[in-house]
Amino acid sequence: MVMSTDTAKKFVSFESLPDFLARLAQESRVYAPRREGRAVVYRLWGPDDKAEFTARPTESCKQVIFPRSEALFYFSRGGEGENPDASSLILQEAPEPGPAVIFGALSCDARGFLAFDPVYDGCGTGGKAKDVYYLKRRELTTLVVRTCKTPLNTCFCTWVGGGPASSEGADALMTEIGNGWLFEAVSDKGAALLQSLPDASEEQRAEGAASREAAQGVFPQPADIKDAPVSLRALFDSAAFWEKQTAQCLYCGACTYLCPTCYCFNITDESNGIKGLRMRSWDNCMSPLFTLETSGHNPRPAKFNRLKNRVGHKFSYYPKIHSGRFSCCGCGRCIKSCPSSVDIRKIVLDAIKEAANV
Amino acid sequence: MSERSAAATSRPAFQPGTRNPYLPMPARVIEAITETPTIKTFRVILQDETLMREFSFEPGQVGQLSLFGAGESTFVINSPPTRMDYLQFSVMRAGENTTALHSVRAGDIIGVRGPLGNCFPYEKMKGKDIVFVGGGIGMAPLRTLLLFMLDNRKDYGKISLLYGARSPQDMAFSAELPEWLSRSDLDCVLTIDREAEGWPHKVGLIPNVLLEMNPSPENTVAVTCGPPIMIKFTLQALEKLQFAPEQIVTTLEKRMKCGIGICGRCNIGEKYVCVDGPVFTLAELKDMPNEL
Repeated sequence: MVMSTDTAKKFVSFESLPDFLARLAQESRVYAPRREGRAVVYRLWGPDDKAEFTARPTESCKQVIFPRSEALFYFSRGGEGENPDASSLILQEAPEPGPAVIFGALSCDARGFLAFDPVYDGCGTGGKAKDVYYLKRRELTTLVVRTCKTPLNTCFCTWVGGGPASSEGADALMTEIGNGWLFEAVSDKGAALLQSLPDASEEQRAEGAASREAAQGVFPQPADIKDAPVSLRALFDSAAFWEKQTAQCLYCGACTYLCPTCYCFNITDESNGIKGLRMRSWDNCMSPLFTLETSGHNPRPAKFNRLKNRVGHKFSYYPKIHSGRFSCCGCGRCIKSCPSSVDIRKIVLDAIKEAANV
Repeated sequence: MSERSAAATSRPAFQPGTRNPYLPMPARVIEAITETPTIKTFRVILQDETLMREFSFEPGQVGQLSLFGAGESTFVINSPPTRMDYLQFSVMRAGENTTALHSVRAGDIIGVRGPLGNCFPYEKMKGKDIVFVGGGIGMAPLRTLLLFMLDNRKDYGKISLLYGARSPQDMAFSAELPEWLSRSDLDCVLTIDREAEGWPHKVGLIPNVLLEMNPSPENTVAVTCGPPIMIKFTLQALEKLQFAPEQIVTTLEKRMKCGIGICGRCNIGEKYVCVDGPVFTLAELKDMPNEL
């Protein structure tokens, strides 16, 4: 979408930012990163909260659009207590969510939603079965990302098409300049959110452009991983390679919960006799239960089968059906927070090298 | 056979009125039939008359049955689209959901989502001879296609059925077997694993009986479904009989949740059994990573 730069570039000083957030919070639930102990987490923002726009959030912001657990619908039966009348049934869909703003997220977090979008838009069924819950929240959420100036040694967004000032998947980009933030809308939703703010001056715009460019400069050069889809597929039956690569994995699943692109879920019922609900919750492909069948058969019984599938999905299977796009945004959280130092970058690079030697 | 007789590419046609694909359609159980000590068959009618009238599916497609409070599991619709008085599902008691489903009685309301998944390549099978090889509960998906073909008899050549179970008591659809055995346009062979008193049919493991039947692969498609170990040896037997991988059609099972290609657990490489399957040719399976 093309927008006039005049309407789309705004400036807010550091002192005025809480007022802006407070105005947004009157209309929407506003989520912003803040410190909690040693972690930086996305939380519902209130006027007494101090948002953290420097340190990298420990978790991604995916739960705002894809909650850890959410009701799909409620059901009720006639009858009493523990003796429901099985011949009656009332189903009620979960209420629609309200508008939300994710403020000051990272570029990589926004790009994480790009992995969700086609899948939840029902590409698997040719668009016939769409995930109405996700799509509604995505539509009602305005996502403001900030230019990231401090990469960690686990960051590799540049390998997978991202960058510190990418606004892909977001509605607006905020960049720190001088004594405040330059805001640039990249969608109608973003423009609407920023509408009330004062326009940025020519000088501030130039400062923003320079700041974005400086950020690009401190990020790592991308490694060439274009062969990853073919290499990983070629190594599918190479148990020795996978056992070696996954030897230290504890299959705790921390990587899946922290990952902005991990979108798998479980569906379960909870009920107390005559009333209950069906809910969906984040699931974790590192767990043996993920694919365990009732018969006792498990297509991925060993941890190497499971980690192979996780890496394979992100760097081989997903790109094959989504025009080459990796299902990874390079945020590096799976590396940073892994208790046993599994490094997905190393697995992908080693696979490319190994496949070339086979 | 040079032509790929059985590409599995059709997509679920979601029913009108179900904009939310996770919301089951309430369905009344009109009959609950005890087939074997572990298998029950449920015949259901969607409560919403319009939805029932407009429900359309193709042989091989599956549905998710909900028992609210217990959960949801995937079963093939084993009545054919040519007989729409009700939708039929057969459930083997194995885990929590299926055990709960076995308590369902006529008159109860359950939930149905579907149709889901692809279908048997019944169009491409027209004009060909068909060999069905079913084991145990694996007879359910074959039943759909068998009845569909019998209802469109002139479209297909010679139709044979080999159906096996552990014992006579383990044979599902026993009410229909006399008719299948007596039809002149169906060559039906039944087998059990071990001798049983009063059993007038074959005794022997399915792959062995199949080799004995020695069907010609000439212009023929084999469709097989059953427990993994039976499938494994049946595929070997079919290959021994010179059936090409393109001439062998089977169905896969995986642990499934959403049934619409989103929740991410039933994949084999980039294929999702819930939307790209459950029907695959052996040729397609050979192209996929070995992770059954």
